[in-house]
Amino acid sequence: MASKLTLSNRTGWTFALPGFALIVIFVILPFFFAIGLSLTNQRLLSPNPTQFVGLENYQQLLGLAAVTLEPERDDAGEVVRNKAGEIQYPRLRKITRSDDYPQYRGMREWFRWQSGDNVMVVIASDVVFMKALVNTFLFVLAVAPVQAGLALVLALLINQKLRGINVFRAIYFMPVVVSIVVVSLLWRFIYDGQNGLLNSILQGLTFGLFQPVDWLGNPSTALPAIMAMSIWQAVGFHMVIWLAGLQTISPTLYEAAAIEGASKWQTFRYVTWPGLRNTAVLVLIVITMQGFALFAQIDVMTNGGPRDSTQTLVFQAVERGYGKQDISGGSTISVILFAIVLTISLIQRWLTRER
Amino acid sequence: MVINPDNYGLRLFVRYLVLCLIALIFIFPLVFMINSSFKPDSQLLADTSSLRAFLPVGDISLDNYFGAFQRAPVGLFVFNSVLVTGVTVLLSLLICSLAAFSFTFLRWKGRDVMLSIVIATLIIPFETIAIPLLLLVSKLPWIGLDGLEWGWLNTYRVQIIPWIADGLTVFLFVQYFKGLPGELIEASRVEGASWWQVYYRVVMPLSGPVLATAAILKFLVMYNQYLWPLIVVQQENYRPVMVGLGYFFQLNVAWGEVMAYLTLITVPVLIFYLFLQRAFIASIASTGVKG
Repeated sequence: MASKLTLSNRTGWTFALPGFALIVIFVILPFFFAIGLSLTNQRLLSPNPTQFVGLENYQQLLGLAAVTLEPERDDAGEVVRNKAGEIQYPRLRKITRSDDYPQYRGMREWFRWQSGDNVMVVIASDVVFMKALVNTFLFVLAVAPVQAGLALVLALLINQKLRGINVFRAIYFMPVVVSIVVVSLLWRFIYDGQNGLLNSILQGLTFGLFQPVDWLGNPSTALPAIMAMSIWQAVGFHMVIWLAGLQTISPTLYEAAAIEGASKWQTFRYVTWPGLRNTAVLVLIVITMQGFALFAQIDVMTNGGPRDSTQTLVFQAVERGYGKQDISGGSTISVILFAIVLTISLIQRWLTRER
Repeated sequence: MVINPDNYGLRLFVRYLVLCLIALIFIFPLVFMINSSFKPDSQLLADTSSLRAFLPVGDISLDNYFGAFQRAPVGLFVFNSVLVTGVTVLLSLLICSLAAFSFTFLRWKGRDVMLSIVIATLIIPFETIAIPLLLLVSKLPWIGLDGLEWGWLNTYRVQIIPWIADGLTVFLFVQYFKGLPGELIEASRVEGASWWQVYYRVVMPLSGPVLATAAILKFLVMYNQYLWPLIVVQQENYRPVMVGLGYFFQLNVAWGEVMAYLTLITVPVLIFYLFLQRAFIASIASTGVKG
């Protein structure tokens, strides 16, 4: 009876079609479009016809090699040193511009290190992309555990029965409803090197001993500063997800733990934490996906600088696809980004699977 | 007063102290923003090195607000944002709930495949499709006042239509509808109600909580949009508030006006949030409930 009542091909399709069609056109189609475009040389406004170029875009982005520079030697075979006693090495461009090594053509130095008398140089076809890739991973690796951990601590804090606790919950959540663009602009004041709020506070707390830092203007502090701000902005979001998880744990389990005489830590370790397993997976996946999407903070606060220290994948994808109108380049970065997000969420699911 | 570690009052005091200190960390930038919006630039910048940054002291006036309206078409930006956000939220509630209704209560060929495809899109971050989507919308046709036009850039529709349907909203509705009593739906059908009537008169009136959840999530996404309007709207006529911010950074930056503008576009949302706080928090929480 139920099946007859609910069986209706025509109505079923009619009701679902508008939503499904929109998702297909504006999510699924562009997604496959991205994969297709990454195999071409499409530009936004180009007089030339689009050509299929295979994996060239990927090669252009991911090309990496390590070369060894041997010290220059004089006729006697002795290592040449300059006046300061430092070993002299041949110029890298002797390799990257030489006809002897066509495979290294056009590559630039990413970083180098000393190994005995020799120097190892890692060269990349696209050094900026490499930096963006590394920065994005650094961001996620630093933000995910810290943000998830702090959010859990906050959730435990506001899960107590205290008068007025809802007020605190509301305040901790507040930055989540404020646009990340607004938040980023405000934090530019906080991080300002001249008379920023953070420097003022640190100087006040240390009675003037603290030397002001230009947080966003310094390559070694810019990315950590953006990480801290991002954690601050979104921690309330994850606090609420943890809180929802906490409230699914049966109170009888806590009563049992209390009767057994469990300490606070034991209660957390053996009752609370096991009850939060699914929530933990979800929080980590959401933070990871948000982390890889890092864009507005960069665009508003640093534009990728100083010295590419805050370049990220989405920023690069937008800068190329939109700024330089290189649609295929931007799409290629998008596809790489999606592959990374997919891989990581699969790994997270696998690591936290039910055993 | 005798202070000992078992003192209940003292423990309570410490708890509240910790909660208050954390609260300060979360609201100080917003307090700074609101106070600064009333100060002239010279004082605003001088105050940032002291506690005065968080106090409405000194030369307080509404000048920055008048200045902001003179510098940029603030009213237009707000209108654009409200229009785009409002229309998208309403259409999204309708289209996504209809689809979810069909996925939950009706049985038809291809339903399970379609639903799986919709759920699978949850894993695609918008940022990874923004660039190809830009190319797509720049070539889409539209029937306008002068007949057939090509390209959606610099319009309201390009900010609305791609955002109407999304996997998360459909998923939220499906989860909620699953919890509604199936007998009710069947009884209505036996009574001779059409499917549209079942949707409109039976299911929708019972869906207050999920409508609020979906509306709030969509509202936050739409009002706070940045990347998408930044790349698809180059003309000021169609720009929303977050992109309109760019106007305040041309030539000389007047920070007081920036703060006034930030306050203007943020405080209404904060008030809205404070009124509907429970619903806001429940909406985020429900994205974490897995069924």
